[in-house]
Amino acid sequence: MMSKNVEKKYFAGIDIGASATKAVIIDEAKKIVGSHVCRSGADLAGSAQAAYDEALKQAGLKAGDVGLLAATGFGRNNFPAAHCTITEISCHSLGSFHYFPKAITIIDIGGQDNKLIHVDQNGCIMNFKMNRKCAAGTGAFLEEVAYKMDIPLEKLNGLARQSTQDVSLGSFCTVFTGTEILTKIREGKKKEDIIRGAFCSVARRIIEMDPLIGAVVLTGGVVAHNNILAEILGSVINKKVLVPPSPQLIGALGAALLVSAKKKQK
Amino acid sequence: MPEVKASKPPKIKAAAKMKQIMSDHFYELDKAMKSKTQKIAWCTSVGPAELLRSMGFLVYFPENHGAILGATRQATDFIPIANSIGYSPEICSYLTSDVGAYLKKKTPLSQVYPGIESVPKPDILVFNTNQCRDVQDWFSFYAREFKVPIIGIETHRGVGEVQAAHIKSVADQMQGLVPKLEEISGQKFDLGELKRVVGLSLECSQLWRKVLETASAVPSPINFFDGTIHMGPAVVMRGTQVAVDYYKELLAELEERVKNKVAAVAGEKHRLYWDGMPIWGKLRPMAELFNSLNTCVVASTYCNSWIFDDFDPGDPFNSMARAYVQLFIVRSDEAKEKYIEDMVKKFKLDGIIFHDCKTCPNNTNARYGMPQRLQKRFGIPNIVVAGDLNDLRCYSEEQTKTVIEAFVEQLNK
Repeated sequence: MMSKNVEKKYFAGIDIGASATKAVIIDEAKKIVGSHVCRSGADLAGSAQAAYDEALKQAGLKAGDVGLLAATGFGRNNFPAAHCTITEISCHSLGSFHYFPKAITIIDIGGQDNKLIHVDQNGCIMNFKMNRKCAAGTGAFLEEVAYKMDIPLEKLNGLARQSTQDVSLGSFCTVFTGTEILTKIREGKKKEDIIRGAFCSVARRIIEMDPLIGAVVLTGGVVAHNNILAEILGSVINKKVLVPPSPQLIGALGAALLVSAKKKQK
Repeated sequence: MPEVKASKPPKIKAAAKMKQIMSDHFYELDKAMKSKTQKIAWCTSVGPAELLRSMGFLVYFPENHGAILGATRQATDFIPIANSIGYSPEICSYLTSDVGAYLKKKTPLSQVYPGIESVPKPDILVFNTNQCRDVQDWFSFYAREFKVPIIGIETHRGVGEVQAAHIKSVADQMQGLVPKLEEISGQKFDLGELKRVVGLSLECSQLWRKVLETASAVPSPINFFDGTIHMGPAVVMRGTQVAVDYYKELLAELEERVKNKVAAVAGEKHRLYWDGMPIWGKLRPMAELFNSLNTCVVASTYCNSWIFDDFDPGDPFNSMARAYVQLFIVRSDEAKEKYIEDMVKKFKLDGIIFHDCKTCPNNTNARYGMPQRLQKRFGIPNIVVAGDLNDLRCYSEEQTKTVIEAFVEQLNK
C-alpha cells in the first residue's frame, strides 16, 4: 500500500525497536538530512511520531515534504502514518549494503535481539538468523550488567577500556551471568575487568550464531554506544570489524532507502 | 499502518464430518468406560493400534489429547503442575500438559463434549518408543496411577537403510504383546481379524497420502494447518471403515478444488515445507500470517507421519513392523535429508521452515546441522523458528513473526 504522492524529494524510515525508536530522513541523493533517536517506551506510536517530528525539525522539513515513509522494527505495525512496513532484517541489509556494497555479514545487536544476516555482492539476503528466545548477548544483557553493578549504562564503554586483566564470564544466560558477576565482585575482581568480560561474552554469543563470512559489519544501538565491542569482536574473529556511520540508525536508513527505491521503480 | 488483513481462505466442507467422527470417537470411549462393555487400550500415536483394534479394544491416544490441550491453549496452565511433581519443563510438553491436566482433574474434552467428565480410563497401556522415550515415561505414570499393565515396543533409532533384522526385532516384539492383550481383552487373537484391520489401515493411509499429495498442485488446495486438523481420523480411527470413508470424502473435495484452482492461500506466491511439530496453540495466527503473506505451507514431515505404505494385510506383523521402522522420525539424518529433498521437488517448494521445538528433540531436525547441509546440498533457503508444540512459554510471537516475514521478503527478491 503505497502513497501516490511520490514526486517529493525526501523519504523517511522509522525503526521502532524494543528499546529505542529511530527516525531517518534522506534526500534523493540518499543523504541523511535529519535523524533522531528516542526511547520506545510503552507508547510506540507516540515515540515514533516524536522521533519523526524531531528528525523533520532537524532537516528543516514538514511532514508534507516527505514522499514516502516506511516503518520497521518490533513496533512496525504500530505507526499508522507509515505507508508500508518491512522487517528489520531487510532494513539492516539495505542500510549496511548502502555503506559497504559487497558481500557482507551483518551483525545487528539491538536491545532485545541479535540478528546475523548474510548478504551477497548484489545486496540480496542469502540467509539470516536471530537469537533464540533469550536475551543473552543483547543490549538487555548489558543493561542487566550495568544494573547489577550499579553503573550508569553510558559509562560501560569507558570503564571497559580501562580494563587490565581478562575476566571471563562463562554463563549462557543473562540471569546466571548476573549471579556470576556477583561472584566475581566477591572474589575482588575489578569492575573494569568484569565489564570488559561482559562485552567479551556478547562477542562470544555472536560467533555462536553462524559463521562470519566475508567482511563483517556491526550495527545497532549497542555498538553505537559501546565502540569497544567492535574491537573485541575483531580480536575474537581475527579480522577488522566494519562499523557504519551512526550504526544505530542503519535499520531506519534501510527503511528510508527502501521507499526511495520504490519511488524510482514507479 | 495496521496489519494487512488477508482474504479469508475457503472452508473445507468435510470438516463438519470430521468433527462428528472425533465426537463419536470420544463418546464411544466414554460410554465403554462407564458401562464397562468394552476394554480400552491407550496407545502411542504410531503404536500398534491395528493389533489392539483387532483384539477388540477401543483405542485412546494420549498424544491426541496432548494436541487438544495445546490447540485449546490450556497446556501452559497445566504444565507447571507436572513440573512441580518432578516432570521437568525440558521434557515433552504433551506429557507435562497431559499429566498436569490429569492431576488437576481437567480435560478440554468436557468443554467440547457435554457429559464427558474425564479421559477414558485404560485397561492397558501400550507404547511404541518410535516417537521418543517420553511416551514410555508418560504411560508409566498412568500405569502407576491406574494400576494397569504397561507393555510396549522398543524401536530402533537413527536407522539408515531398514534391514531385515530391524523388522524382525519389531515384529517379534509385536507378537510378544499378544498373550497380555488376550489376558486383558478376554479375546483370543484372530489373525483374520488383524488382516482385515491392517487392510483398512492401509486403505486409510493410501487415501491420506492422496489427500496430502493434492498439495502438489499449484495453487495448493490445502495447507499444513488444515492438515494438522484433518489428520485426526488417520491418527485415532485408522483401521476402521469410518476413517476410510472420511478420507474418500475429503479427497473428492480437494480434487474438486484442484480442478477449479481453488487455493488454500489466495494469491499463492511462495510454497514452503514445515519440518517438525506444529505449534498447536498458534495454528490460527500462524495460518493467518502465512495467508497475509500469500505464502502456503504446502507440505510437512508431521502430517506425512501417518502414511504407512508398507502395511500388507497378507503379512500383518512384518508389514506393521516395516511401516513403523520406515517412519521418518526413527531414521538417520541422511535418510531424512533424502526424504526432505524428495518432498521439495515433489511439492515444488521455495523454502523450508524448521521448527526447533524446545521440548520435542526427536521431532526437531535443526540441531545437528541439517538446515545448513540441505542449503549447501541443493540451495534451498530455510529458517529456524524457535517454539514448542504445547509450552507457549517457549515461544516468542513477535520474534517468530519477524523471522517468517523476513524470510518471505528474502524469497520475494
